[in-house]
Amino acid sequence: MTAFWVLAPFMVLAALGLVLARKAVHAALCLAVVMISLAVLYAAQGAPFLFAVQIVVYTGAIMMLFLFVLMLVGVESAESLAESIPGQRIGAVVVALVFGALGVVGVAQSVTGAVVGVDAANEGGNVEGLAALMFGPYVLAFEATAALLITAVLGAMVLAHRERLGRRLTQREVAEGRLQDYAHHGTHPGQLPTPGVFARHNAVDTPALLPDGSVVETSVPAPLRARDQVRPGDRSEVDAVARELEPGEDPR
Amino acid sequence: MTEYLGLSMLLFTIGAAGVLVRRNAIVVFMCVELMLNAANLALVSFSRRHGELDGQLAAFFVMVVAAAEVVVGLAIIVSIYRTRRSTSVDDASLLKA
Repeated sequence: MTAFWVLAPFMVLAALGLVLARKAVHAALCLAVVMISLAVLYAAQGAPFLFAVQIVVYTGAIMMLFLFVLMLVGVESAESLAESIPGQRIGAVVVALVFGALGVVGVAQSVTGAVVGVDAANEGGNVEGLAALMFGPYVLAFEATAALLITAVLGAMVLAHRERLGRRLTQREVAEGRLQDYAHHGTHPGQLPTPGVFARHNAVDTPALLPDGSVVETSVPAPLRARDQVRPGDRSEVDAVARELEPGEDPR
Repeated sequence: MTEYLGLSMLLFTIGAAGVLVRRNAIVVFMCVELMLNAANLALVSFSRRHGELDGQLAAFFVMVVAAAEVVVGLAIIVSIYRTRRSTSVDDASLLKA
């Protein structure tokens, strides 16, 4: 019971964090906390096989998949916080509270009798006991699982396959398109400016400076700009470096 | 013993509330996973209560189904993101792009 009372508050807090976290990566971390705690609870309840499977399948495979998709989708996909249905959030909270109260009361009233415990069932080993069930009475369900996994693999392959809708552009067409953009919209036809390198920093979050000392926004990679991680590169920073290099002399 | 079922109920409710409230399809999916995990906890608790391993086996099958579901669901989310550049469940309101 000690494991339960230590882990349960963390699990509830992490579950609330999953619902309330603004960023999807934080939600994923909260879910990982819940899953690892659940694995420990399985071990505490006489299910060592499920403990291992929970860690390997859920925190190993499924969370990795979630994080991969978050990485693919990127940081720009910010969630809109506007409610599309008026009063939806309050309604959802009320429904959840009523549902939770109903469930807890139902559980408290319907569950009676003493706890038997799985020690007797685990007599010949937990894995052996589960195997005897899986390949005995539940063998049909096991076979269906195989079909399900193959279908899921095929489905994922079909869904992730991208059809090319148009013809591939030739190098000449790309170059002509760039010059057309330049003629009509004034877009610079060449490559984007490289990041500026100051005396103190050589990282790509340092923006390039124009001759008048202003910052060139496009010289920093777009993801860094989206996350507001551009290092400030204005005139005063440059002056500070210049003073460090030659103390006692006005850089201007 | 009933504490485990209470915790399971609590986690399931939080997950359901998350499915109702959140907009980001990936977070909605994580909330569904939380609900499945809560159901698994209840299954394992009942297994211990009755002294049979059937509940643990059911939890194992739930894990297999959840893994298959995540693979297909995330593939759907990625293909929706490719066509609409958004993972908000509000934007995917049409069957045809």
